[in-house]
Amino acid sequence: MFPSAFEYYAPKTLDEVYGLLAQYGDEAKILAGGQSLLPMMKLRLAAPSVLIDIGSLGHLSSATETAEGLSMGALMRHKTIETSHWPHYPLLRETAPWIADPLVRNRGTIGGSLAHADPAADWGAALLALGASVQIESRDRIRHMALEEFFVDLYTTALEPQEVLTRIVIPVPATAATFARYLKLERKVGDFAVVGVAITVSLAIDGTVAQAGIGMAAMSGVPFAAHQTESLLVGRQLTPALIKEVSESASQEGDPESDRRGSAEYKRSMARVFVERGLSQILQQWESTQSA
Amino acid sequence: MAIEATETRPLGKAIKRKEDPRLVRGQGRYLDDIVLPGMLYMALARSPYAHARIKEIRLDQAYQVPGVKAILTGADLEKMNLSWMPTLAGDRQMVLATGKVLFQYQEVAAVVAESRAAAEDAVQLIEIDYEPLAPVVDPYAALKADAPLLREDRDQKDNHIFHWEVGDRKATDDALASSPVVVKEFIRMPRVHPAPVEPCGCIADYQKATGKLTWYVTSQAPHAHRTVLALVSGLPEHMIHVISPDIGGGFGNKVPVYPGYVCSVVMSLQLGRPVKWVETRTENIATTNFARDYHMTAEIGATQEGIVTALKVATIADHGAFDAAADPSKFPAGLFSIVTGSYDFPVAFAEVDGVYTNKAPGGVAYRCSFRVTEASYLIERVMNTLALKLNLDPAEIRRRNFIRPEQFPYQSPLGWTYDSGNYDATLNEALKLVDYEQLRKQQAERRAGGELVGIGISTFTEIVGAGPSNTFDILGIKMFDSCEIRIHPTGKAIARLGTRHQGQGHETTFAQVIADELGMTAADVLIEEGDTDTAPYGLGTYASRSTPTAGGAAALAARRIRQKAIQIAAHLLEVSPDDVEWNGEKFAAKGLESRAVGMSEVALAAYTNLPEGMEPGLEATYYYDPPNLTFPNGAYVAMVAIDRGTGEVKVERFVAVDDCGTVINPMVVDGQVHGGLTEGFGIAFMQEIAYDEDGNNLAPNFMEYLVPTAVEAPHWETGRTVTPSPHHPIGAKGVGESPNVGSPAAFVNAVVDALSPYGVTNVEIPLFPWKVWNVLKELGLTQ
Repeated sequence: MFPSAFEYYAPKTLDEVYGLLAQYGDEAKILAGGQSLLPMMKLRLAAPSVLIDIGSLGHLSSATETAEGLSMGALMRHKTIETSHWPHYPLLRETAPWIADPLVRNRGTIGGSLAHADPAADWGAALLALGASVQIESRDRIRHMALEEFFVDLYTTALEPQEVLTRIVIPVPATAATFARYLKLERKVGDFAVVGVAITVSLAIDGTVAQAGIGMAAMSGVPFAAHQTESLLVGRQLTPALIKEVSESASQEGDPESDRRGSAEYKRSMARVFVERGLSQILQQWESTQSA
Repeated sequence: MAIEATETRPLGKAIKRKEDPRLVRGQGRYLDDIVLPGMLYMALARSPYAHARIKEIRLDQAYQVPGVKAILTGADLEKMNLSWMPTLAGDRQMVLATGKVLFQYQEVAAVVAESRAAAEDAVQLIEIDYEPLAPVVDPYAALKADAPLLREDRDQKDNHIFHWEVGDRKATDDALASSPVVVKEFIRMPRVHPAPVEPCGCIADYQKATGKLTWYVTSQAPHAHRTVLALVSGLPEHMIHVISPDIGGGFGNKVPVYPGYVCSVVMSLQLGRPVKWVETRTENIATTNFARDYHMTAEIGATQEGIVTALKVATIADHGAFDAAADPSKFPAGLFSIVTGSYDFPVAFAEVDGVYTNKAPGGVAYRCSFRVTEASYLIERVMNTLALKLNLDPAEIRRRNFIRPEQFPYQSPLGWTYDSGNYDATLNEALKLVDYEQLRKQQAERRAGGELVGIGISTFTEIVGAGPSNTFDILGIKMFDSCEIRIHPTGKAIARLGTRHQGQGHETTFAQVIADELGMTAADVLIEEGDTDTAPYGLGTYASRSTPTAGGAAALAARRIRQKAIQIAAHLLEVSPDDVEWNGEKFAAKGLESRAVGMSEVALAAYTNLPEGMEPGLEATYYYDPPNLTFPNGAYVAMVAIDRGTGEVKVERFVAVDDCGTVINPMVVDGQVHGGLTEGFGIAFMQEIAYDEDGNNLAPNFMEYLVPTAVEAPHWETGRTVTPSPHHPIGAKGVGESPNVGSPAAFVNAVVDALSPYGVTNVEIPLFPWKVWNVLKELGLTQ
């Protein structure tokens, strides 16, 4: 399978990127790892006439951690995140190994994944749970928006044609006792999620939930955060009874579709099972840190 | 531990595979690695509809693409009388569609261009107007009187292809009627695809100056393909040179002739330049030969003690748009009549009805000797139902009905003569390896704790090595196979066979067979297959036939060499040939063991120092027509646990004990078994080529058609019993397909066992987690 013919540019600066975007508009696609775009082009499901490879924008491939949070360049590869050590943000390392396979993780980038806005993508769920926001730049302005607003619809984001997603910013969690799990039902290794559930929980000294984030993959037309369930957790002691209650709640959020991967009913049930299992593991982990 | 190929007496030893250093380093030479000077590339335009009339094809835009050399349509082929081609099953198949298309992705036009990209660009610009027709997707719907007629080209005006039956219907019905216990089960084996990692392809290279066509092709049967091409194209057969290079998996998918092959040959003949065509993944999965799609009903009669009295089987076989099965010509349902399995049924009857639907044509024998996986799955599943009905342990029901060792050669009620077996011993070995009693205890404890745990057994009998010329032919060509051995003056050898390996390890195992016969090492014997100008004629590699047929030829050709060698040895030892003895490694003078010569001395003498009047040289060819098929068997035990939350099934144990007769190389056998079990696992849990009601293929790529990897595959534990075939020259039976044949039933029987306390006797594969979860939900077992 060969893609339709296209022109290829590898600009060295964001200014050059803006110039190319201005010149080609809708005909152009930004290449940021290409692990979704290139297969679609090979299948001729996508046929951009211009590819703007932003891989040379070196300043977008590193992260900065401050007291306020973690700012990740959009070109950070999944593999880099998988092997980085950010103790305040355990969900990143929990999630990264579940993305596709090592070949994809070596090439694919976090910004590329978010801009593609696949509802089943793992980063969408995880970063929503983390309450992340995105930085978007164009020749005229820099703007920030909550990731939740960035995802507009199936494969559709709030990015304007002249804009580039440059950074992803995760706020520092409420407490240092932050635990996380990513649970994913996949039909085989490397598969997109049938259902994916990202959980991050920050506990106060007394074991009450100070902050909770639950993101879901493939449970809606966009990656989404289960806010109602999150709010049930906050301020309460994490117990098996509470876990049962919130997992029931989680299964009611989202709007999954019936397809060859299972019925909507099945997917709702998986969300429930995963929230229950994830939180139970976190509770167990917390209890073991307490006794130790 | 694996050992080097430089060992003497290599038969039965775990010699490292000679082909692996090049294959694992990426230095194999596959079809798509071959680039010829002046080569052109071909791409195919395919139908988006499952059933539609073609109104008009417009090519002008496509011709505008720079680099396009020619575009071929069905109308062009019609003028050459080539728009249809015969299938190996005696049906015919459209090469490029004329009139109407009959399945989604059907071939409609072929573009040849200077580059593959240009060919694909042009394909996109071919404009085809279709008038969609009502598609028929379900084989039962296809048989209804008011079903749309799919094959207007046939005299017969319905969608029924063939009826085939075997056995005694009346005696079977009578026995069932008088049996105190009868179980009946509907068992569906869904459509799957062999999905070799390397898709199909070819390069047709017609040299106008010499009139010779060289055809590089991903072929499991290069000699047969040469003959078919000669018959279809009208080219003289000696002017066709077929080269089958390294093959990245076949599993039956590379036995048939495909439309793309024919188009590239036609284009090369027309243009006088090499034309390469290589499928995309989607083209491979969605158009080339699928497997299974058998819808089977079986009834077993038995006594209260569980002794079987009769077996009756009725099957609907969905062949898609054309019956493109690649079975031996007299067997439209392959060797499905092995369906009585390992059990001593007094009477049996089986019938199969073939049906056309608007789906891709087939179906091929996917890593099984012609519908044997279907048959084995059916009998092993329904024996399980019988055990449940009688509340007998699944091992016990089998023991009570096994064909006993003293009954061999055993005449089956459906016409086969089983060569050998010791089914009790094989089952006992498997039960011992898995510690069956302990496993059942664990199961009971875990069940008490609320877990869903099951143990499944499959004790299958294979039928391979087609086959004896009195029964087996493909388009009239008898299914013998061949080997030619040449010993060079320095005592090294080249052997060529009529088979063509695709990963089976022939370069090692056949070298072991020959070296063992001739006192050489496997390193000293080069095996070559796949070049029809150099190798002797043979029917190819599929149906686990290589070892039973070509393996026999290899041993017998080597013995022919030895017959001449003994004369030369006598000359060298200065004794009479009657006084020379073969001691397994050397020719020795009787009674004087220190006086001995090996093959290297004899070989040198064959070219330098012959007995008076003897013809020089040391080579032999043997065409081996096996007297019977071989019947490998095995006992597989699976233990599974079902996740009540997700419906996922985890295979916790899997013990596979195979009896393939004499083992040539235990490591290669283990490798074959691991591969086949992994495929069987995919079939049981992950795979189906499903269609929607419009006939759209829902799994046309590896995103949707799931092939298990090392991550999904369970840990395999293997074992062996050895019951040699009494008629094979070295007692070997063939093993490549046994694990694919035997394992699906073991997995499914284990899942059924986990659920049987809740009244479940059958679950339908593939056991996707959501399907299992649905069953759990219905039973109120979900977490």
